[in-house]
Amino acid sequence: MESKRRVGVLVATALIVAALVVGICLTGGSGGEEESIQVTMRDAVLHETNRIALFGLEVNPGLISAFTVTGLLLVVAALIRVFAIPRFKLVPGKFQLLLETLVETFDNLAKSNSPHRNGFLGAYIFGAGVYIFVSTLFELLGLQVITTEGLSMAMPAPLSDINGAIALGVMSYLVILSGGIAGNGLRGVGSTLKEFSLPISMSFRLFGAMLSGLLVTELVYAYIQLSFVLPVIVAVLFTLLHALIQTYVLTMLTALFYGEVSEHHEKVKKKEK
Amino acid sequence: MNIPLNIDWQQILLHALNLVLLIAGLYLLLYKPVKKFMAQREARYQGMADAAEEKTRQAQQMYDDYAGKLKGVDDEIRAKRAQEMEKTAETTREMLDDARAQADKLIAQGRENGAREKERILQSARGEIARMSEEAARKLVGGSLSQVYDQFLDSAEGRKNDEQPE
Repeated sequence: MESKRRVGVLVATALIVAALVVGICLTGGSGGEEESIQVTMRDAVLHETNRIALFGLEVNPGLISAFTVTGLLLVVAALIRVFAIPRFKLVPGKFQLLLETLVETFDNLAKSNSPHRNGFLGAYIFGAGVYIFVSTLFELLGLQVITTEGLSMAMPAPLSDINGAIALGVMSYLVILSGGIAGNGLRGVGSTLKEFSLPISMSFRLFGAMLSGLLVTELVYAYIQLSFVLPVIVAVLFTLLHALIQTYVLTMLTALFYGEVSEHHEKVKKKEK
Repeated sequence: MNIPLNIDWQQILLHALNLVLLIAGLYLLLYKPVKKFMAQREARYQGMADAAEEKTRQAQQMYDDYAGKLKGVDDEIRAKRAQEMEKTAETTREMLDDARAQADKLIAQGRENGAREKERILQSARGEIARMSEEAARKLVGGSLSQVYDQFLDSAEGRKNDEQPE
């Protein structure tokens, strides 16, 4: 019985390998228009060539990805709100447990880093964390979009667009600043402005991490010989792990700095002479 | 002005707007309701835990009360037993004293009665001896001594025979 199953697995594997070899032979030639790897990677960084038309504007494909991810997330959230949350039970099922764990993780992160003021912070890092995670995994779907030049391209991760990373970094900085103002007023503004490099470091850390994943993926997909088996490893390493790590890093940093600047400090009274 | 890396302020603002919408939507649709549900569940279980704790505290208090009462009853029983023992000892002592007093009284009365009887017997014997002496002296004076003596003996024997009727 055991040996029969083993033979079956071996036969199936051999058939898949044979099909792949046939696929390589049949698709060995160029199909459609091609661009060199240098052009592809340069465009992935600078977004000079492939631009998308949006209501009369020419925007980067990352922005379209961002809107798509937001739309998807809001639709899914609305469906969960309407169909799942009213059916929540005191003893949670698997899906309820997943949602509760997700909310509780970000809530606890906010509470542990900013115990004195964490209501708004928890909501922000929950939204930002979900966005980073889902938008990074989004590129695995390979949804197609048509460029202004009439070419078809897969939608990239929104945060591999420098504009998206800057927007998230600056927003996180503004959230930290709001925590400083709420906790300490003008002194909070001062202590936040001292960390003036924070929006730049957060933005470019996120952009660099996402871009590196994108570049490696582009490199792998640029050569057909590398596009068997290897993309699975690359996808896990540079997409799934990146999604987890970057979600944790940005939310953690935001919570940490928010807690630091919003902590209330008592004024030290000068000794009377 | 040409910004490096093709940074575009317009697109940054669009990304920021997109993020604001997403974060607000996720807060209203997911974060807030799930947190509210979790808070309600926590409050419910906290209430149950508080009620259980309160009941445990009340049970402990009742146990302490009853234990105190039981301890009080033991002490009360012990005190009453000691009191009764003391009362019994007192009664016994009184009864013994009474009995002794009565016995002393009876002994004294017996002695007094004995002394009185002895006196009466002595007085009676003295009277008899005096009467007999007087009669003997009268006989001596009226006849000879031998006759008197014989008569005396005869009378003495006759009396003796009179006293033994059976």
